[in-house]
Parts: sequence; C-alpha cells; structure tokens
Amino acid sequence: MSARLSRRGLLGSLAASGGGLLLAGCDKIDASPTVQKVLGFAEPINLHAQRLVSDRAALAPEFSASEMSPFFRTNGTAMPGTPDYAQLVANNFADWKLVVDGLVATPLALSLDAIRQLPRRTQITRHDCVEGWSAIGQWTGLPLGMLLKQARLRSQARYIVFHCADLFNGTPYYESIDLIDAFHPQTILAWGMNGQTLSVGHGAPLRLRVERQLGYKQAKYVMRVEAVASLAGINGGKGGTWEDAIGYQWYAGI
Amino acid sequence: MTSEPDAPRGGDIVYRHRLPVRLWHWVNALSVIVMLMSGLMIFNAHPHLYWGAYGANYDHSWLDITPGHLRVGPLVIPTPGILGVTPTGGRFVAFPPLVTIPSSYNLAHAREWHLAFAWLLVVPGLLYWAWGFARRHIQRDLAPTLDELRPSHIAHDIGQHARLRFPTGAAARHYNILQKLAYCSVIFLLIPGIVLTGLTMSPAIDAAWPWLLDVFGGRQSARSIHFLCAMGLAFFILIHLVMVVLAGPINEVRSMVTGRYRLPREKSE
Repeated sequence: MSARLSRRGLLGSLAASGGGLLLAGCDKIDASPTVQKVLGFAEPINLHAQRLVSDRAALAPEFSASEMSPFFRTNGTAMPGTPDYAQLVANNFADWKLVVDGLVATPLALSLDAIRQLPRRTQITRHDCVEGWSAIGQWTGLPLGMLLKQARLRSQARYIVFHCADLFNGTPYYESIDLIDAFHPQTILAWGMNGQTLSVGHGAPLRLRVERQLGYKQAKYVMRVEAVASLAGINGGKGGTWEDAIGYQWYAGI
Repeated sequence: MTSEPDAPRGGDIVYRHRLPVRLWHWVNALSVIVMLMSGLMIFNAHPHLYWGAYGANYDHSWLDITPGHLRVGPLVIPTPGILGVTPTGGRFVAFPPLVTIPSSYNLAHAREWHLAFAWLLVVPGLLYWAWGFARRHIQRDLAPTLDELRPSHIAHDIGQHARLRFPTGAAARHYNILQKLAYCSVIFLLIPGIVLTGLTMSPAIDAAWPWLLDVFGGRQSARSIHFLCAMGLAFFILIHLVMVVLAGPINEVRSMVTGRYRLPREKSE
C-alpha cells in the first residue's frame, strides 16, 4: 500500500514537473521575438484577405430597435479622471471643441452644437469586444468622411488618428484607422446613443464608431482628429493605446 | 466468406496511408492543438456563453465558468483546481495554465497564435479536401457504404469496440464504420463548423457575408457553437489517442509516419 502510494506520488510529481517543463518550454516559444514576428505576419494577411472578400463599402449588419441589448455595458474607461475633463463635464461640454488637424488643408475646431447641426447618421449596430461579448446599441453621429472632406484631407494622408481625453498609464488614449474605414458610410463620430445624448460612461461628448472592427478601436472621449501619413512617430508607433500597451493587433476586423 | 488467395493476412506489412494523408494529419494535428489551446485562453477573457445576436455580462448566459464552478444551464458542477482557478501570482482564469497558450493570461498573444494558425488549419484542410475528392480517397476510404450504415452493423462494431476487439488481418486494411463516422464528423462537420463560426465572429466578415449570421443564429450563437465544436474536437482527440494506444501505438504511429502498417494477427491463428 505504501509502495503504491509512493509510486503514485512519484508519478504525480513526474507529471507535474513534466507539465512544468512543458509550460516553461511553451512560454519560451511564446516570448520569443522571432516567433512573435512570424505570428505577426498573420495580421496584414488577415487584413488583405478580409478586404479581398468584402466590398470596401460593405455595411456591418444593422438591427431593429427590438433587437437591441436591454443593457449596454460600459467598458474601458468609464470616467476620465482628469481635472480638464471634469471641467468639460461641469460645463456640459460647452467649452469643448473637436480639433481636426494634421494633413488637412483646412484645420477645424468645431463645438458640440456645430457638430450636431451637421448631417447625421443613425445606426443600430453590434459592438463586439475583443474579449468575446457583444452588445447591440443605437448610435447617432457625424459621418467621419464628411468631416474629412470639410477639412479637405491632403493626398499624403494615410491614417486618421483619434486623440482622446482619457489617460491610460498617464498617456492619452488614442486609436487610428486607415482611409478605407475612415470613409466607410457607417464610420461616424457619435454624440448620441440609444436615442439620448452620449453618456460619460460611453465616451461623451464624442466617440468613434468603426463598425467593422472590434471594440478597442471605438475610441471614446475624442478630442482631436489628426490626419497623418504614418503611425510611426505617434506614442509607441503601433497605432493605438492597446496596440502599444499589450500588443493587440492594429487591424481588429477579426 | 472467402478471401482472395493473395490477400494480405495478419502480420503482413501493408501500405496504408498515402503521403498527402500523412502530411495533412500532422500539420492538422499541430494546428488543431495550437488552435484549441490558444482558443481556451481567448475564452478565458470572457468565460460566459450566450445564444443569439448579443450577449454580455448582464445578459442571460447558458454557460459560465466561475471560481471553482462550471455552470451549464441549470446544472452547477464543482470544479475545484480544474476549472475557474487563480494561479499563484496570476489573475483568475477559467481554463488552467496547463491547457492554454500562453500559459498565463494574455489575450493579445493568444489571439496572435489563434489568428495565425487558423491559416494552417484552413489552407492545408482545403488542399486535403481537394486531393481527397480528386484522388477518390474520401469516396473510397472514408465514405461509409450503405451496408456499413445498417444499424445492426454499427451496433455490432460498437459491441466489438466495447470489448476492445479490433479488426485483424485483411479486415484491418480498411477503416471500420466507427472510424469512418468519427473521421467524417471531424473532416466534414467539426472543422468546417469551427472555421465558419470563427469567421462569423469577425465583424468585418459579417459585413461581407451577412448570411453567416443567419446560418448560425447570430454572433453569440456562433461563439457558442465554435466552443462546442472545439469541445467536440478535444473529445475526438482524446478518444483517438486512447484508440491508438489500445491498437498498438508503435504500429499506428509508424503507419502515420511511413505509411506502412503491420496488420494485426488474426486471433484464431
């Protein structure tokens, strides 16, 4: 009995140390820069494969009001804790202005009221978090393409960068998309959600909706829209806060 | 029953698996295992499953993994130390480090493995399909015959398997009906199902091919079916490995490496 027990104990510890070795080996492979580089090739392949099979204007599915989530959870920052933002909220965003600059012929600074006067698009779409959950909500806002035309985008521009009011590890949140998504008819800067003014939890006064990509691309608290030729010089250079911080793919179509 | 005079008998070495079958088997084994393990880590990011188009924390889920528990519908199963664990120094995970890639919580890396190896699942899989149909491997070796599909035949084979009596001699040259059904379910049901539901979870693919959402009943249903297909594949791998061990691991593995297989000797000899 005791012999069997010790044999079982030995087997158990062998299995455990074998498992430990296996884990250490796998983690070494995962941490290797070469492996990460090879795996990284999949992102542009996925981008081009998805663009190949879809029309550049193909619309994300839209839903009816009865298909909406009963409760749309907030995610990421629910309240940017900066004094500047607190002041904007206190004033009901009356002092807030959206800056449009970078590679544009006519830089703009638009108040929330001015943006609300511009043409709007309302859409009921599905928000897909990278973590796996989905929520369906209604968004109303200014088509981004319209804004970029008004600012007269220069021909050198390749990406649109969104600079936000919330901080992530002390650096303002930012995101970026390419021009195919920027001029997509469903890409809007939303100021309304579910028939109401966009709440602070969901990114007031303005948030990006880029409906063919995952949730972390939907920048909240947008302060500035910048047109650039390259993402290389901006923060970590990977085109977004989560991309820089933990390595989420810049292209989040899947 | 008479057999041809020169038919191979137990103990003979026969050429059983052609090169494309062997190649695809190992490439697919690698990609499926990486996909399963990285997929479990992706699941860890939100260990709840829903039916329908939407589903998030406040919605009704049909499966949850919480600390030490698995809930499937009304059924709550305690899983201490197996599912819903918090490794020392790590964050809570539904599936434990031993079965995930990477071993500690990292959604970004898991997605990189998953979305890269997906190509190694799909492209060789399509090539195998094309070769298999063109060279009649699927029609000849995998498709069950009407005779084999008779309930009495299937029941007989299940009985033989349950007694661990496997085909011997010339009969072992071909897949039996249980093998055919298992392999066909993997090749024509689980793998295509898991690929299509994976694509349905992509917001960009949903814009291009919105019919996918109708086929699977919405993105969260697709996510649930994706998970169920993954569990089906994991179950297949488990049974497959047990059968390899029971049927003689050296002979079986050699046949999938070199193609050559020694027919098991007839018991009556």
